[in-house]
Amino acid sequence: MDLEENLEENIEEEKIVAEAARAAETAEDSRALYEVKMQYLGRSGKVTSLMQHMKKLAQELRPTFGKRVNDLRARLEAMFAELDARAKEREMAKKLAAESVDVTMPGRKLSHGALHPVTIVKNRLIDIFAGMGFEVFEGPEIENDYYNFTALNTPADHPARDMQDTFYVQGGLLRTQTSAGQIRLMEKKKPPIKMLSPGRVFRSDDDATHSPMFHQMEGLVVDRGITLCDLQGMLDEFVKAMFSETSKTRLRPSYFPFTEPSVEVDVSCHACGGKGCALCKGTGWIEVLGAGVVNRRVLENCGVDPDEYSGFAFGMGIERIAMLKYGINNIKLLTENDVRFLEQFKD
Amino acid sequence: MKVPFSWLKEFVDIDISAEQLQDKLFSCGFEVEELVYLGRDVENVAVGRVLSCEKHPDADRLTVCEVDCGERGKKQIVTAATNVFAGALVPVALDGATVLHEGGVQKIKTGKLRGVVSEGMFCSGAELGITEDFYPGAEVDGILILKEEDAKEGGDIRPVVGIDDYIFDIAVTANRPDCQSVFGMAREVAAVLQKPLKAPSFSHGAAKTAVKIPVEVKEPALCPRYIGHYVKDVKVGTSPLWMRRRLALCGIRGISDIVDITNYVLLELGQPMHAFDRNYLHGDKIIVRRAEEGEKITTLDEKEFTLHRENLLICDAERPVALAGVMGGLNSEIKPETTEVFFEAASFARDSVRKTARALGQRSDSSARFEKGVEPIWSPEHGMERALHLVEELGCGTVTAYGADVMSAPAEKKIVKTSYAALDGVLGISVPKEETRGILTRLGFEVEEKGEEFSAAVPAWRNDVEGFPDLAEEVIRMYGYEHIVPTFLKRAAVTRGGLTPAQKQELKFKQTLSNEGYFEACNYSFYSPKDFDLLRLPEGAPERNAVKILNPISEELSVMRTVLAPSMLANIVRNVRRGNESGRLFELANVYSPAVGEQLPAERKKVVLGLWGEGDFFDLKGAVEAAGEAFGLKFGFARGEYPFLHPGISATVTLGDAEVGFIGELHPAIAAELALERRACLAELDYAAISAQFAAEIDYQGLPKFPDASRDLAVVVSEETTCAAVEACILHACKAVKRAELFDVYRDARLGAGKKSMAFRLTFAAGEKALDANALDGYFNKIVGNLKHNLGAELR
Repeated sequence: MDLEENLEENIEEEKIVAEAARAAETAEDSRALYEVKMQYLGRSGKVTSLMQHMKKLAQELRPTFGKRVNDLRARLEAMFAELDARAKEREMAKKLAAESVDVTMPGRKLSHGALHPVTIVKNRLIDIFAGMGFEVFEGPEIENDYYNFTALNTPADHPARDMQDTFYVQGGLLRTQTSAGQIRLMEKKKPPIKMLSPGRVFRSDDDATHSPMFHQMEGLVVDRGITLCDLQGMLDEFVKAMFSETSKTRLRPSYFPFTEPSVEVDVSCHACGGKGCALCKGTGWIEVLGAGVVNRRVLENCGVDPDEYSGFAFGMGIERIAMLKYGINNIKLLTENDVRFLEQFKD
Repeated sequence: MKVPFSWLKEFVDIDISAEQLQDKLFSCGFEVEELVYLGRDVENVAVGRVLSCEKHPDADRLTVCEVDCGERGKKQIVTAATNVFAGALVPVALDGATVLHEGGVQKIKTGKLRGVVSEGMFCSGAELGITEDFYPGAEVDGILILKEEDAKEGGDIRPVVGIDDYIFDIAVTANRPDCQSVFGMAREVAAVLQKPLKAPSFSHGAAKTAVKIPVEVKEPALCPRYIGHYVKDVKVGTSPLWMRRRLALCGIRGISDIVDITNYVLLELGQPMHAFDRNYLHGDKIIVRRAEEGEKITTLDEKEFTLHRENLLICDAERPVALAGVMGGLNSEIKPETTEVFFEAASFARDSVRKTARALGQRSDSSARFEKGVEPIWSPEHGMERALHLVEELGCGTVTAYGADVMSAPAEKKIVKTSYAALDGVLGISVPKEETRGILTRLGFEVEEKGEEFSAAVPAWRNDVEGFPDLAEEVIRMYGYEHIVPTFLKRAAVTRGGLTPAQKQELKFKQTLSNEGYFEACNYSFYSPKDFDLLRLPEGAPERNAVKILNPISEELSVMRTVLAPSMLANIVRNVRRGNESGRLFELANVYSPAVGEQLPAERKKVVLGLWGEGDFFDLKGAVEAAGEAFGLKFGFARGEYPFLHPGISATVTLGDAEVGFIGELHPAIAAELALERRACLAELDYAAISAQFAAEIDYQGLPKFPDASRDLAVVVSEETTCAAVEACILHACKAVKRAELFDVYRDARLGAGKKSMAFRLTFAAGEKALDANALDGYFNKIVGNLKHNLGAELR
């Protein structure tokens, strides 16, 4: 190159640009291109050294020479910028092609477990009733006779004791109903009371449709002026939240020692909307819970004045609700813990 | 309880169908569990008169009969029966008919028998589903021959043989023992249909007699009423068809008229009765007393029982003659030659009868009624009167004037004093007064009104009614629950609801494990004592001190859990057997420990985790650690030995200084014993202990001014040196180290025998100024120095 030799006038710009363009062409990628660019425009590049040599020129020649060098620099910078952009584009395309994956391959995921359907339904029930102001009270699973029976107006010779075959242990019994929680709470707390008592209960019964252990949820409301109408009103709200907005309840007479009057509560069949189907055995109604106005003796047993306060109680089997809600046809599935069963309840 | 429709109709004019009555009963509190039309399987069977019988041309054993079926025409029937004759009236199953055959329903079609057309079939009693009690001749070997006065040609066979009837199988709630009878149900039916109730006849004569059979009740609490009555000139025979049919409809076989009368009264009025042969009542005396310890009785069914003090006996002057309320004794039973009878109608305490019946395993229709409760006033009186009436009606004896009646129960009527407003206060609606009055009156209450208040005398048979809420229930069940207007706690106070903090934490704990890939399991709270053996727990291990169920269903479900692991192990085995090769489960539940002193057995929450198939000890450990971290807890793990865990892959889990559980791989020997071919790991933690350490509040710390810095450190240590030891040494050496996390372990011959390289990532927290290279170098060197000094570790 002769730039320096012909400092005065012979800056052969066209030649330099062409030469740089040729050098750039040999560059494989943007990094090599940068190296080439530096050979011309870097600190010791050719164009930069032209500038340094300017001081050797006569004073009058310097401005013209300087402008020519600067123009050359600008031309080269523009050229390299364009080449660099193109090189980067090519490189990106290549990178993208190389990184392409088979998007139909399986995803990687954290494999989550799930809560048991009984827990899910229990939580849902608590959710519904907590919104209505119910607190959750859990009593012991091993109870004494008083809380499980006597205080609930079921003395020793009462035939209702035969309704529930009881497991006995040294010093107590396995509670047959979560109703036992009613008494424990009322002994501690004075009205107004709105309480839910969920938990395991036990009955000496083991066949195709009965498990010796299952879960119940007891509800209790004690306040001034509570009536049967309030019971149905609340249960209407409950079935709407639990089953469907169009669900209705039906009360019919029944018997529990700790409520008077006592009712069985049927809910309109959510599967057929009440027209009658296999689930509701053609009746349009499904029995879901027992309920009633709290027996005055039960209130008295807990030191609550039955002339001042009244209340209602209801109790339901959580497994039964779960089976109805999910269409589970065999209660035993709920304690077999087969993972193929459990993994279906990712709520 | 089984109630025949036809029998109900004797007491109430029922002008609705059986199905409609079923609905009515349902709405007033009696669920009809099953409504069976007895003739449902006997369709298109007509009465036919055999006109002629000819030998079959091609079969010696067959007879070709021409039969007149009245309006249904003349039919040709081929039969193999030998008791059919010209002129006989017989049941004829016509073309398309159904009859019973060998426990199933058989369809009858016109067909050919050896070339001769048969347009149906003659029926035997069995093919109509009846016994001798429904129609005489029903159990003979051959065709049922009908009586001239019973049937007409062409008529439906069902009314003729008593199967044109419905049986209501009614679920009677425990508070209504008065409804354990046909007449008891008739009372309800009359009330719900608003029809008059026709009582059966109770009248009878009172012939003179010199015989006296005094009754002495030594246990009035167990026998509040005992009525006896003496009947002479007894001629034991067979009871009439109408009585036997009714007994049969309710599943009781006819025995003899005297015995049938006692059963009839039981079914009709709900009063269990017994009849003694007076000639075998030694000393003409009845004593109601407790059995002596070891005393024996042989009951009617020829079973001998050895008795205890809790068993109540009916005795004559010398010996037991009946197990009170359960069954009579063989020694005084009614025999064909009996000539004098002493009837018993009593009320026994339900608890006493129940205990005796259960303890002896001897149950009867009587004991079933007494266990539910037989009140001492109306029932025994009317039961006795009715039985005596039937004796005369059947002409099987002469009712004498001699009767004994011992009563300790109070005789006065219960009166409930209340107001209409009180009833409305229970129901929440205002029932019209005349409705209330009408309903109560129809149910047998005597209502006396005084302005807004009224008193109701409770009928003697309604032992369940005690106060105004009971009256409110009577009113609403008859008035109709559809009148209830749902309201939403009109007057109740606002309360704050929801879970307690502990309940919320428990739910979060479960959700954390679920997020770690574990499915929540639910197992029974009891298992087998053999489960302790499976875990190879030594004699005297604390886990073996379990709460025992005194009346378990089986040995398999006889002890309350003290450790959850056996249930989890059973779950894993079941899953693997079902082809679920891999899985993760947890269960959070109570374990129980035996009562101390007056206390109830203690309950304590534990959580068990199980993993099988894919994954190993460290996967399980990660889940345990994650569950702790969710609550700000860091568990410690130290090698621990458990008889059921792999000795090299098992640890004690600690929290602070306290042991809170174990974790490890199932001992391969136990896995082999269970034929478990997949690797399984178990961890069980004392949830009660760890939840007590859950951070109560969120502890917020301001963000540091300068970022953390990290460096990797690899050291060569001896094989015995644990990760925990290296980690502890690092943390001890330099306060600036926030975390030291093992990320690699490397073994190589070049490291030397019994050596391993452990690589840690150290995270340093910046203090008041940024961490520069010099500072980090200083920390690093100090750590390396300490490791070398304390553990003999060399920088790699």
